[in-house]
Amino acid sequence: MYRMAVLGDKDSIYGYAALGMEVCPVTDESQAARKLRELAEGDYAVIYVTEALAAKIPGEIDRYREQMLPAVILIPGVYGNTGAGIANVKKSVEQAVGSDILFGNQ
Amino acid sequence: MPTVNPTRMELTRLKGKLATASRGHKLLKDKRDELMRQFLDLVRVNMSLRQRVEEGLKTANRNFALARAAMSDETVEVAFMASKQDIEVEAEPKNVMSVNIPQFTVKTRTSDESDIYSYGFAFTSSDLDDAVSSLAAVQDDMVKLAEVEKACQLMAAEIEKTRRRVNALEHIMIPQYQKDIKYISMKLDENERSTQIRLMKVKDMMLEEAHHYKEKEEARAVG
Repeated sequence: MYRMAVLGDKDSIYGYAALGMEVCPVTDESQAARKLRELAEGDYAVIYVTEALAAKIPGEIDRYREQMLPAVILIPGVYGNTGAGIANVKKSVEQAVGSDILFGNQ
Repeated sequence: MPTVNPTRMELTRLKGKLATASRGHKLLKDKRDELMRQFLDLVRVNMSLRQRVEEGLKTANRNFALARAAMSDETVEVAFMASKQDIEVEAEPKNVMSVNIPQFTVKTRTSDESDIYSYGFAFTSSDLDDAVSSLAAVQDDMVKLAEVEKACQLMAAEIEKTRRRVNALEHIMIPQYQKDIKYISMKLDENERSTQIRLMKVKDMMLEEAHHYKEKEEARAVG
């Protein structure tokens, strides 16, 4: 059995505790990287990370792209949607096809 | 310049390798095409799910910001301190064209929907209830998104790898083998011809030795 976690600034994520997810409020870059690594090595299958925080640790996020678990998924925080989540999907298309033929105009 | 030994054994070995490479190339190409087909379907689902989840979260975030504004930090903290609900996921690996993708099944501790409210209603505003329920509404989609997005990422990586292999086989390995095979068979033919010529020459010399054709010819010419 695996658990789910949410990583991000406190204001964006405190509500997820109500759903039973593990809430990890971090804002600092090195702290976030350490926490993400800790969660990924623990029994967490899904880790949601706010886009704002993910922008600070792109290397750490990419590290889990090609592993089966955990799934690191970007979500918008309270400070608005940066479009990083959508960009990530486009990146997958680009990686597979060579260029973004599906969502290039969105 | 080819660095292969022009021997019959090397030729047999290379022919075997070429056959394997061609078969591998065909199989990998099929794998790539099928992966690509499934990936394109999946990534469209991924995109629409993501848009739906982001829309839902936007609403939830707005509600949370609103709720937070009306309450003190301590109240909010206390409200979420002891969560009644607990969520766990089962990650079953599913093999799609040799790519292992996880299938998530969610298990919550209690099935009662109202258990997401982990606080008494006395000290919190109703905005918080709205916020929590709007977040709970997108929960299923979020898990689905995690599953689909992970599958897309894994498949994209596998497609890239497979494509590289197909290209390497098609443009480098197979032409190289063909070139080497051609070189060896030319060289072997050449050797065979030169052996033949040598034999003919030796035969001529031996006959000359035995019958002295030349001397007889000269004698006839004089006489």
